[in-house]
Amino acid sequence: MPPAISTHELTRRFDELIAVDALSLDVQPGEVFGLLGPNGAGKTTTIKMLITLLPPSGGEATVAGHDIRREPRLVRRSIGYVPQLLSSDGALTARENLMTSARLYHLPGSERRARIDEALEFMGLETSADRLVRTFSGGMIRRLEIAQAMLHRPEVLFLDEPTVGLDPTARKAVWEHIRGLRQAEGTTILLTTHYMDEAAELCGRVGFMHLGKLVALGTPAELAAEAGPGKDLDDAFTYFTGSGLSETGEQGGQYRDVARTRRTARRLG
Amino acid sequence: MTSLERVVRPAAWAEPPAPLRFVLDAWTITEGELRKLRHDPTELLTRAVQPLLWLLVFGQVMAQTRAIPTGNLGYIDFLAPGILAQSALFSAIFFGIAVIWERDLGVLHKYLVSPASRSALVTGKALAGGLRSLVQAAMVYALALVMGVHLQLDPLSLVGVCLVVVLGSAAFATFSLVIACLVRTRERFMGIGQILTMPLFFASSAIYPIAIMPGWLQVIAHVNPLTYQVDALRGLMIQGSTESFPLALDFGVLAFTTVVLIAIAARLYPRLAQ
Repeated sequence: MPPAISTHELTRRFDELIAVDALSLDVQPGEVFGLLGPNGAGKTTTIKMLITLLPPSGGEATVAGHDIRREPRLVRRSIGYVPQLLSSDGALTARENLMTSARLYHLPGSERRARIDEALEFMGLETSADRLVRTFSGGMIRRLEIAQAMLHRPEVLFLDEPTVGLDPTARKAVWEHIRGLRQAEGTTILLTTHYMDEAAELCGRVGFMHLGKLVALGTPAELAAEAGPGKDLDDAFTYFTGSGLSETGEQGGQYRDVARTRRTARRLG
Repeated sequence: MTSLERVVRPAAWAEPPAPLRFVLDAWTITEGELRKLRHDPTELLTRAVQPLLWLLVFGQVMAQTRAIPTGNLGYIDFLAPGILAQSALFSAIFFGIAVIWERDLGVLHKYLVSPASRSALVTGKALAGGLRSLVQAAMVYALALVMGVHLQLDPLSLVGVCLVVVLGSAAFATFSLVIACLVRTRERFMGIGQILTMPLFFASSAIYPIAIMPGWLQVIAHVNPLTYQVDALRGLMIQGSTESFPLALDFGVLAFTTVVLIAIAARLYPRLAQ
């Protein structure tokens, strides 16, 4: 089987800055892959290119067998995406949010209702289906967003920091649902996270990014072992990305980004 | 890549053909926007206050002065269509702020990764912007009736008015969206929105006829879509009024403006998510 995601020297520049530097990576079908690294390492930029929101400056990539430059619409049909920020519309109810997605993906009319009910049940949101999403807790919103991104049964699901701002209980619940999805649907999942326990828990393989480059690739156990005997993935993070607390080279350290992340965290929390 | 032997899972259902897809997707977006209004109509209602003030206060005072030559029409009769166009404009021109808001939240990204075409997304937004102004039209009509404005109430004129209001507002809502895509932040958008509305309004035939404007302003008025919207509205709304331009030209200008702006917005829209 061809890889679910395949990139070859994928590159993105912003003026002087090289956000993603010649990234070559294959993710196999059914794999849960974690893209890890400090802020500004290029994780979100990579995802944005793969989901066709951002044109690459160089290199190539296919997602679900479709070229991200030449066949963006086919890529979009085959993927689901849960952004770091909020993606469900707070001014609509959960059911209305799901219905909007069902219609934009042209699910057959006869199947829409059934699939929406199924998704609500799977995510444990049946009783809140007709409430405005703005009244939801952070964990509920994340679950709804994942349900929304999965409604058309995508081959590849992109999760950008799926548990940022969630309390431990809500995080565990989201983990359960991610695992459940993979088992039930065989979906390929690419996620980014800052939590190494989360990566170790969910991902079959992880890649560390640092300053736009992929600097390490392997199973969480392999990478922990490379960092030294008795080390865990947290240690591997520091080992591979060398990121203590540097004051330079962190694109994600900009005021605007920080404000945004905090705002998201507050809304979800 | 040579052959694609993999199992194609998501295409298990048939997609409608492209033109139909465009219509369906645009309507999905429009309907979502209308639902939001139904959940929370406060903005619509507060937007109705301003036109009431213009008609009741400004209109009554100016009518007393008899300073503005409006031909065979009374001033309030002349003014009512202008105020309808104005209130629709003022609410449409801030439509873009909601788009910036959606971008800041992340909702925008969700729509942009769906298979819907960018132009369908933008058209849906534009239509929603147009349809919301019908509520304002209803308010202005109600007040105009109370004030004794000589309205044409035959079905054909009413349908015509609705079309002009929706088309005009769709054009200005899309204009607003284009600006939102360019300035990207709420603060800058608010500033620019304020700067744009007044010239559009004063350089149109909304509250005085073009004939009494100085020459340079007349030139601007003639390229201002609002002038054509007001002109069409005046002809369709008020008994005994005549348009300055043929109705077909009014519609043509509004439709052309809307289509061009939608094309521009569809190109700029994805940049918001980069």
